[in-house]
Amino acid sequence: MSTETLEEKLPEVAEVPKEPLFSSKNKRLLTDPLDDDNPITVQVLGICSALAITVQVQQAVVMALSVVFVMFFGNIIISVLRDIIPSRIRIIVQLVVVASLVILVNEILKAFLPDISERLSVFVGLIITNCIIMGRFEAFAMGNKVFPSALDGIGNAMGYAWILVAVAIAREVFGSGAISFPGIGQIKFIPDGFFEFGYANNNLMILPPMALIVVGIIIWVQRSRNTKLIEEN
Amino acid sequence: MEALNIFVKSIFIDNMIFAYFLGMCSYLAVSKTVKTAVGLGFAVIFVLGITVPINFLLENFVLAEGALTWVDESFATVDLSFLSFIMFIAVIASMVQLVEMVVEKFAPALYGALGIFLPLIAVNCAILGGSLFMQERQYTTIGDATVFGLGSGVGWLLAIVGIAAIREKIRYSNVPAPLRGLGITFIITGLMGIAFMAFMGIEL
Repeated sequence: MSTETLEEKLPEVAEVPKEPLFSSKNKRLLTDPLDDDNPITVQVLGICSALAITVQVQQAVVMALSVVFVMFFGNIIISVLRDIIPSRIRIIVQLVVVASLVILVNEILKAFLPDISERLSVFVGLIITNCIIMGRFEAFAMGNKVFPSALDGIGNAMGYAWILVAVAIAREVFGSGAISFPGIGQIKFIPDGFFEFGYANNNLMILPPMALIVVGIIIWVQRSRNTKLIEEN
Repeated sequence: MEALNIFVKSIFIDNMIFAYFLGMCSYLAVSKTVKTAVGLGFAVIFVLGITVPINFLLENFVLAEGALTWVDESFATVDLSFLSFIMFIAVIASMVQLVEMVVEKFAPALYGALGIFLPLIAVNCAILGGSLFMQERQYTTIGDATVFGLGSGVGWLLAIVGIAAIREKIRYSNVPAPLRGLGITFIITGLMGIAFMAFMGIEL
């Protein structure tokens, strides 16, 4: 018993000068992008391409997971290579890393989720030029160690993912009255009684412009709660 | 007639910004004044007009299934289309570099106007989006593909110049504080998109 605890303690003693695995600084890397430093509503990165697939929740979830995957492994790879990459050609190197990861995602989707892959059409490919990925490579992974970079990747991708899914939920609930899940079928969110009283689904929500307005409203709500984010006019 | 149809469609109905949200990052970042918006808009038209036809040739003579038969009959079953993302982005990045050098050498005035925007464009989603849509919609001739590229660029220019003009004026309005800047830009873009939906269904 005593030897066991001693052995367990030994590596800890050796690691004292290093920071613990989940120090408050590392935790902030994960939590900041969810609200205060959200890639979409605050950093204004990565709106491109993403909003077009928020018509349905399942598409949005698949897209969000793809971005989490690409961001996590991309940040790790760039962070590992950061001392080898010559700074003059770093953009090309970053593009090649993202493009290879996206090809992987695209082939996996084609093989296992052919329907959704069909509906996402070109937007999986467009993850390559999603500014949030290149933005985090430039701003974080090029100058930080592997573990913080991985956390930063997950944090930012999650910050992006929740906005995407929130927009999709708003659009599908108000646009179709129900959310369809693969395997389960549709789950109704608006009770039938409403329709008897003359409630009608807002078909405008399914059309592209409403995604922008929903994001505008999310930004409005977020900045009313978090007043330090308000911009000078 | 077919070409004109593609042109009008890509400007108004399949507008890069309002229908597909492509190139939103630069759209939001560079739309504070009309002057810079026009500069970036023309740079986008220019680069789309060059990269879409080049990627069309790449797609039809190298990447698509059976495209390599002009080299040898035995390549008829080779399908390289999984490589298209990386090839397209490589073409775009190198074309942007090349265009930048050519313009700097032969049209210094144009370079002065577009200069800062050209390198930004390599990572503009609208450019890669143009090539990917070209691949998906299977245009039959290089002429159609070029017209589609130029039309998408013009549509993008229209959108960014429109929002820049509105943002210049909105500075004098009393926007609720939390909506200032980004929020109101999103909502106005949405309203502009609804206006553009009036063009839906036009066939020439």
